[in-house]
Amino acid sequence: MPTYQLNINGESRSIEVSEDTPVLWVLRDHLNLVGTKYGCGIALCGSCTIHLDGIAVRSCALTMAQVEGKSITTIEGLSEDGNHPVQEAWKEVDVPQCGYCQTGQIMTASAFLKENPNPTEAEIKDAMQGNICRCASYTRIYKAVEIAANKLA
Amino acid sequence: MSTQKTSITFSRRSFMKTSSLAGGGLLIGFNLFNACKPNAKPAIDLAQLNYNDFNAFIQIADNGAVTIFSPNPEIGQGVKTSMPMIIAEELDVAWKDVYVKQGILDTNNYTRQVAGGSQSIRFGWDPLRETGATARQMLINAAAVKWGVDPSECTTNEGIISNAAGETLGYGEVVNEAAALEIPEEVTLKDVKDYKIIGTDAANVDIDKIITGEPLFGLDYKTEGMVIASVMRPPAFGQKLESYDDSASKAIDGVIEVLKFGDKIAVLAKDTWSAMKGKKALKAEWKTDSKLESSEDHDKLMLGLLNGNKFETLRADGNVKKAFEQADQVLERTYESPFLPHNCLEPMNFYANVTAEKIHLVGPIQTPEGTAKHIAEMLERNFEEVHLEMTRMGGGFGRRLYGDFAVEAAEISNLARKPVKVVFSRDDDMADGIYRPAIKYRIKAAVKDGKVTGYHLKEAAINSNMYGLIPNFFPAGAIENYQVDVAKYQSNITTGAWRAPYTNFLAFAEQSFFDELAEMMEVDKIQLRLDLLQKVKGSTDERIQYSPERMEKVIKKAVEKSGWGTKPEGVYQGFVNYYCHNSHVAEVADVVLENGNPVVKKITCVVDCGIVINPLGALNQIEGGVIDGVGHSMYGDFTFQNGVPQATNFDKYRLIRMKEAPIVETHLMKNEFSPTGLGEPTLPPAGGAIANAFKAATGKRLYKQPFSKYPELLKGPEKEIIG
Repeated sequence: MPTYQLNINGESRSIEVSEDTPVLWVLRDHLNLVGTKYGCGIALCGSCTIHLDGIAVRSCALTMAQVEGKSITTIEGLSEDGNHPVQEAWKEVDVPQCGYCQTGQIMTASAFLKENPNPTEAEIKDAMQGNICRCASYTRIYKAVEIAANKLA
Repeated sequence: MSTQKTSITFSRRSFMKTSSLAGGGLLIGFNLFNACKPNAKPAIDLAQLNYNDFNAFIQIADNGAVTIFSPNPEIGQGVKTSMPMIIAEELDVAWKDVYVKQGILDTNNYTRQVAGGSQSIRFGWDPLRETGATARQMLINAAAVKWGVDPSECTTNEGIISNAAGETLGYGEVVNEAAALEIPEEVTLKDVKDYKIIGTDAANVDIDKIITGEPLFGLDYKTEGMVIASVMRPPAFGQKLESYDDSASKAIDGVIEVLKFGDKIAVLAKDTWSAMKGKKALKAEWKTDSKLESSEDHDKLMLGLLNGNKFETLRADGNVKKAFEQADQVLERTYESPFLPHNCLEPMNFYANVTAEKIHLVGPIQTPEGTAKHIAEMLERNFEEVHLEMTRMGGGFGRRLYGDFAVEAAEISNLARKPVKVVFSRDDDMADGIYRPAIKYRIKAAVKDGKVTGYHLKEAAINSNMYGLIPNFFPAGAIENYQVDVAKYQSNITTGAWRAPYTNFLAFAEQSFFDELAEMMEVDKIQLRLDLLQKVKGSTDERIQYSPERMEKVIKKAVEKSGWGTKPEGVYQGFVNYYCHNSHVAEVADVVLENGNPVVKKITCVVDCGIVINPLGALNQIEGGVIDGVGHSMYGDFTFQNGVPQATNFDKYRLIRMKEAPIVETHLMKNEFSPTGLGEPTLPPAGGAIANAFKAATGKRLYKQPFSKYPELLKGPEKEIIG
């Protein structure tokens, strides 16, 4: 099995896995970073969203070869104490119901707001459209992204 | 239904016991589920009770810190926050000083542990208040002894006891003395007007862990040496395993072993990906064991049932046959719904470690005790050897009432003698489900002299029919000749409870029907509903479940708040009022046409669920329920072809996403009725409200769900599948 050098949450990690292992399962099973969730395995639900060089990507559909040499951020590395403006907005609005999708939602929102700190309603909805919340907490997710945008602006 | 008394004196102490804590402090144990029963009796001799007989606790340390252990499974409905709030209110401590812990869920140590379903708050209301008030009274009694005064002269405020002379003692200062006192025979509960915690916003107690990705869910659980099992199950309902070849599977790196159990094959691997790959590499032959059913067959069978005469009558008032014979006008309509998968975003999973000494089970489950018992029986082991812990659940929606995944984990671990976690892929989760059954309703109404004189509801369902209380929901009691008949077809497709069972589709059918009935009668749609309710007022029929007075208030509030009938041109509205899960709800959908397609912009939702414990959590449940109802009535479609589910992932099964989610404007009725559940009652009305609004917008009535099956009506949104 090949060995990969990864940069995850600012740390350099060496991992030996089969080359077809999606990054999601490397994070969850090999590195014990379980904040990144499995939902569908085909990049359609957004639960597994991480940042790759600052851009939101679906880790379930990424191979190790695609991320080698790049910088990966997971929810565990988004902030020191859960105090990223997006996380704070999530607390302020009290978004979660079951909570399972929320780390993926937060990772999508934080990457989006970095690119676009003054989004319109349509831009927020476009950005968040790929993340399913089965409990349908969409009105609160929207509100939290809006509040986070104000915090970041 | 009567108004909740604001002050109640309880004398039932049988479910409670107190003692000192080793390190100082007071521990109050109570058996919530036993206490929730209307006529609770201690299961064993009270004198012999020990703390293992309780499943919920209040712990007050000698520094005054309060910990409340919540026994209930948390599936996103928020009871881990709201149930301790009720205790804290009567205990009279500041909510910010309370620490909530998930009780250790362990059927070996805690008896009578049952998942509360959507009734947690309704049944917990009295015992939770009583427990908090009892603890408070014991602390007062201890302070009164110290001061040499009568307890009636003492008051409390946020953990501080005061006497008439102005002296104060903190709870922590008297807690050790209180622990030695007898449990008081009677306690007085607070007046609603004195509430300081109930009715205020409290954040989800797990919010910090959720937003930082800490391990909380079953899928996050791991132990040393644990292997992952990916299970291949028959691809079609009606098939069994004939033979299999696991050579390619065993050649995969990480695969440890392949096991057959029953008609299933488990691939055990070091990690999830290897297990999933190993399963894909299996080659299996399947034989047909019973009929391979298709959705077209079900449609014909259910229509055949509706046209036939093999019904069970659940309620019959007057004589519907005669009412139809004498009618001036008759309306008859048929409504059709598909199967639905639950699609909890956390796929089914469970951990089992079966050893010679014990059976250790961990994971997301709504029915821990039943599942543990089933596993003990299956493995021919003593129930006492089973140790089960529950994790937070990534959604439930009814799916996690069924312990099939835990049973599989135990079977595999027993065979392999290894700690095993069964992990469903999304495909497994969708294709090996326990689905909402497909159901059809036929409703027929008779009108004579401008009045509704007859109402006949027929249900044809796969596997199971509506439960016994539903025939006593609206419009039962409102129409003189009223009958509910049910029939079913026994299928080999597994079905079960899905959020708001039966009513999740029945509400759409009935409330679409009332709209159409009003159109036929040429009367106002709201007025027709209000007129029907008048007949139920003062009814002595104890079977009637809803309150016409509360329903009327909800309807009037929804008319007012939604701007019913006053909307500008281009905004089309649809109305629904509904009662289920002990709550009264009205919803109004606002629909506009965009490029000729109806788009749901907003739902105004009025809810009477009695006293609201945590408005912040309540609004979340309400909004989620409404949008879930919109999503599944719009897009939820699930069919079978020769026993094989036709969708296995989100590329072919559409769930509502942010852009399709309407604004939800919620209004809670303010009253002092005892609280009722909120996890389900706002979902059923949503489909009817948007169907009635679509009719207003387009002139077309919808009779089948999902509405996306009407392509001429919904061209636009279908194109927007997301990558």
